[in-house]
Amino acid sequence: MADEKIKFRHLGDLPPMTVSSGTMMVNKTGGWRSVRPVIDTEKCTSCMICWKFCPEACIVVKDGPVIDLDYCKGCGICAEECPVGAITLVEEGK
Amino acid sequence: MKKVTMGNHAAAYGAKLARAEVVAAYPITPQTQTVEKISEMVARGEMKAEFIKVESEHSAMAACIGASAAGARAFTATSSHGLALMHEMLHWAGGARLPIVMTNVNRAMGPGWNIWSEQSDSLAQRDTGWMQIYCESNQEVLDTVIQSFKISEKVLLPTMICLDGFILSHTYEVVDIPDQDAVDAFLPRYEAEYKLDVNDPKTFSAMNSPEWYYEMRYQMHAAMEEAKSVIIEVNEEFHQHFGREYSLVDDYRCDGAKTIMIACGAIASTAKDVIDSLRDAGESVGLISVRVFRPFPEEEIRSIAANARQVGVIDRNISFGHEGVFFTESKAALYNTPNPPRMCGFIAGLGGRDVTPSDIEEMIHLTASGQADEVTWFKLKKADEAVAK
Repeated sequence: MADEKIKFRHLGDLPPMTVSSGTMMVNKTGGWRSVRPVIDTEKCTSCMICWKFCPEACIVVKDGPVIDLDYCKGCGICAEECPVGAITLVEEGK
Repeated sequence: MKKVTMGNHAAAYGAKLARAEVVAAYPITPQTQTVEKISEMVARGEMKAEFIKVESEHSAMAACIGASAAGARAFTATSSHGLALMHEMLHWAGGARLPIVMTNVNRAMGPGWNIWSEQSDSLAQRDTGWMQIYCESNQEVLDTVIQSFKISEKVLLPTMICLDGFILSHTYEVVDIPDQDAVDAFLPRYEAEYKLDVNDPKTFSAMNSPEWYYEMRYQMHAAMEEAKSVIIEVNEEFHQHFGREYSLVDDYRCDGAKTIMIACGAIASTAKDVIDSLRDAGESVGLISVRVFRPFPEEEIRSIAANARQVGVIDRNISFGHEGVFFTESKAALYNTPNPPRMCGFIAGLGGRDVTPSDIEEMIHLTASGQADEVTWFKLKKADEAVAK
């Protein structure tokens, strides 16, 4: 008894607490958006302000900014902050 | 080693001997000496712990949650408004099944601003998934801190250890402080089965929909019910190691008693002396001191009190618009018995008002008379001047 680590009733194979194996990368939050940011590469100066402001770290650096559409939720902050207006929000499904 | 120790320091020594690894805390009267003593011991290198000075009790519990989730033994201390401030995080610690141990010095809630003993603060947190143990002496505080880490780590639920503000927290009593080796032999290091680990990444406490949340809550409840037997087993082990023992409730001379009182904490401790005098005078009286409040010791109260004819409950708390919490819960426990006693409740000692032996004797005699009101606000000033407007 003294060395038993866990001592409580639990239901079948359920863990005692809410836990998911691995990280939340499996949760593709890109499916949540109703508008999608589109970068006009002609206007973009690669200042990377959009990358700094993105709350989800969804902008990657690849010869300038590239939006990670798997996780982008379409909050529009990048479009709001872009100093040259290179980002427009386009409705999904159109 | 016996030392004249205040309750707050007994808690600190308990945390040190239990080898708490992270203490994140914020001061509040009347618990401050606990965290001051811990910070001194950490600064002197006597206690190997990370002491995190946080900006509020909400942060204190959040930091303890983070530490415990990473597999560290976490401890903190608070009281009344501090406990209230960490309310959201108390639910988190319970739901995340983290074996955090915390001492809460019972203090009244303001306004008006009152730093003295009352149990409303901890009772207001009774549904957060924390186990709650109420201590009657400074020795019990130290012993319970050590025991609680063992109990919490087995059932994966946090424990809140309560002690009366000033009456225990600041009063000096002789405490036998065990050696570190003796405590190490009783309480091994915490080995978390579920923890944050960069080599085995998991996400804890994320979303849980109506599909499975219910089963998670059942498991918390079941674990707390299981805790009753774990508390008893751990206590037996503690008794073998240290010669002291504690129970879920203390049955004090209830054998054959016609009138039984139910009380908790310092009031219960005083009441034991009153029971002794009344028994010497031939009165058929006894006392149940509730030590473990969550999980609630329903079977124990039933088996001790079901045959009494009158039961009086003294509550150092009030649920406005209803009655004292211990009265409600004791009444519920005794309801479904074949021949339940007549019960009455007393509200006493709010805001640290002294509850004397003669007060308790009066409450016992009122209870025994069978004539007491269902709820009495004991010795309320200007009660006879109450004016209906």
